[in-house]
Amino acid sequence: MTPGSLSCAGVAKTLGGRRVLDGVSIEVHSGEVHALLGPSGAGKTTLLRILNMLEAPDEGTVTFNTDAIALSGPNARLTPVQSEARLKMALVPQKPIAFRTTVFENAAFGLRVRGVPKEEVPDRVRPALEKLGIAALADRPAHRLSGGETQRLAFARATVLPLEFLLLDEFTANLDPPNVKALEQAAGESAHERGLGVLFVTHDLFQARRIADRVSLLVDGRIVESAPKAEFFEAPQHARAKAFVAGELSV
Amino acid sequence: MAETSLASVAALSLLVSGTATLLAALVGVPAGAWLGSRGFRGRRVLQTLLHSLYGLPPVLLGLLLYLSLSRTGPLGSLRWLYTVQGMVLAQFLLILPFVLGLTWNAVASVDPGVRDTARTLGAHGRTFLATLVREARLGVLGAVMVGFGRAVSEVGAVIIVGGNIQGETEVLTTSIVKYTGRGDFAIAVGLGLILLAISLTIFAALTLLQGGDSK
Repeated sequence: MTPGSLSCAGVAKTLGGRRVLDGVSIEVHSGEVHALLGPSGAGKTTLLRILNMLEAPDEGTVTFNTDAIALSGPNARLTPVQSEARLKMALVPQKPIAFRTTVFENAAFGLRVRGVPKEEVPDRVRPALEKLGIAALADRPAHRLSGGETQRLAFARATVLPLEFLLLDEFTANLDPPNVKALEQAAGESAHERGLGVLFVTHDLFQARRIADRVSLLVDGRIVESAPKAEFFEAPQHARAKAFVAGELSV
Repeated sequence: MAETSLASVAALSLLVSGTATLLAALVGVPAGAWLGSRGFRGRRVLQTLLHSLYGLPPVLLGLLLYLSLSRTGPLGSLRWLYTVQGMVLAQFLLILPFVLGLTWNAVASVDPGVRDTARTLGAHGRTFLATLVREARLGVLGAVMVGFGRAVSEVGAVIIVGGNIQGETEVLTTSIVKYTGRGDFAIAVGLGLILLAISLTIFAALTLLQGGDSK
């Protein structure tokens, strides 16, 4: 375990009688974009939720830097260590939710929760909204935005925060190509310029090729291969990974 | 009925019911939000108990409070029998289950995605509850409106606890009872219309607020 990492080991989870995760281990490092690929129902979203302490694993550990942070049960109250870790990471879900307030206040939510001085909030929020092309919507009710606008807002809302890790679940699913590019670029900058560890779930093989530094493949609740991007695509070791890279395993 | 005393009766009605509603909101909204924000063992039993209190007859509550506030009762030292404070207490206890229970339902109905989003952005404790209340504010406002409606139209508890003393504890509903008993139906109907007008005005304002907020 190295400092500047978010990891889990031996994580298992059963949902609705199905073993969704079966001994998953993965490690995300600071300054790295890590793609998590896998077929639908492979447990990718569940894994992100466990890493973000929104769900408790049935087995296994989750470690934030050197602290054990796995939730102990479904209604468990966060310990001080878990609360501190929670403030240093954020999850952007596949279907983001906008609070029933303005776009600006949505983007400022996490900053206000963290007690950032009032006068500093616009200086942090405005550039993020501008970068993602939604600054003109700042005073509009956020719950009336389109799906793509909400997705950009959710990304801005997470990335204005002083984070160490960013977890993205199909974060470009509702976007047109220019906005896909803008968000991919922002995800890359978060890792390579701000030093965040970024873990993103995607079905898009090409997206993984474009922005990932490291790629892991989750199949049937297990990580079957995890390697630097070049190695993963050019010299996969596991048979399932070889099939996937050859286009024989559908994701 | 003199015009001044009519105004004072109407004002006392608003004061008693408004104060009871405010107190019920101060207690019921946070408590309802807390209960609605989590799952816990015994939740069903507590909900059933609370819902059964929706049907608590005001006259029974008034009787129990009368006995409690009487000199020999456990709350006798307060000397609140036949006082405005006693009437406020009666209405507060009467409407608290509504405000608390309906707030609980409203907060429990908030999209789980909202909860997860608030959590992942770092909200916890009071900030988390405040977020849920804000997201459920239409339902919470509805809970407070129901509470006020129940309080301002209630007669059984306040007439027993307040005594319907002219110039001291007489409110619109108890005044209607008094004039009906005397056979002064014109005055009773007039008071009823005033009560209706007050209720309609307040509810119209709150409904407009709800409607504006939902856009």
